[in-house]
Amino acid sequence: MPVAIVTFPGSNCDYDCYKALRDVLGVDAGFVWHRETSVGDADAVILPGGFSYGDHLRAGAIARFSPVMDAVAEFAGSGGLVLGICNGFQILCEAGLLPGALVRNDTRRFRGETVRVRVENATSPFTHAYERGQVLRLPIAHGEGGYLADEATLDELETQGRVAFRYVDAAGRATPEANPNGSARGIAGVLGAGGNVLGLMPHPERAVEELLGSTDGIGLFRSLVLSLAAAA
Amino acid sequence: MTEYEVEVRVTPREGLLDPQGNAVARALRSLDFGGVEDVRVGKLIRLRVSADDALSARGRALEMCRKLLANPVTEDFQVDVREAVAL
Repeated sequence: MPVAIVTFPGSNCDYDCYKALRDVLGVDAGFVWHRETSVGDADAVILPGGFSYGDHLRAGAIARFSPVMDAVAEFAGSGGLVLGICNGFQILCEAGLLPGALVRNDTRRFRGETVRVRVENATSPFTHAYERGQVLRLPIAHGEGGYLADEATLDELETQGRVAFRYVDAAGRATPEANPNGSARGIAGVLGAGGNVLGLMPHPERAVEELLGSTDGIGLFRSLVLSLAAAA
Repeated sequence: MTEYEVEVRVTPREGLLDPQGNAVARALRSLDFGGVEDVRVGKLIRLRVSADDALSARGRALEMCRKLLANPVTEDFQVDVREAVAL
């Protein structure tokens, strides 16, 4: 099972990730229940979107203490590729595997729509199939997607090339209007210090077939799979 | 062991945008409550905790805040402890 998809109670994008990998890319993937204490022989781990534990207290706050998260932290610590999408991003931040936090959208509304993000770093294991500056159309579906961190952390993310994606308008400009949730500096996705952990709010797994309205998300999974193949 | 009532107040950190607070402020103003300069919306978490004394009850509550109840990136917290009234 090269790619382990962790299922928490309340995860609802786990099958979307599974289908993106299995059906679209033909890559072996499987599920790991959150009560497990190991990610097995996985080469990469995905924390999928959803509403783990009903988003009680804060999104991701309770899931991050699920037994499997110790194994995920250890896996990430040893350089394993960990991808967190939406609720998975929130869990990674709560767990301290990524800096910052995700707070309620500044619009106070749950936003379920297709947005544009610009690829800011096209050299990471998750993004190298894209071109830097490429604008992707990806769906978002979240109420708590405003990315926040202190200014020093944000500066560090920028200078170290750890801002992976930024919300932009149709012309590729990062404007306040293009920012759906009030994220600091329009940040839609960030990389961990080691470059092997990525969290993003948009849902690439929901943009992998023409039928879904966009195939722009497939590059992320292709990047991941190519990275695994190169490491093998 | 004594039983204590612990109140944990979790509030958005100073200077951080609070969309909920802003919405409530606007609603209050539209109801003609003048002079509302600012509104911050947080959470109140009430616990009953058995501990040797108030100090250790407080210490445990602070530990709970740091570990789970508050997110230090976005939230401040305050802990109040008092002896529980016997039921």
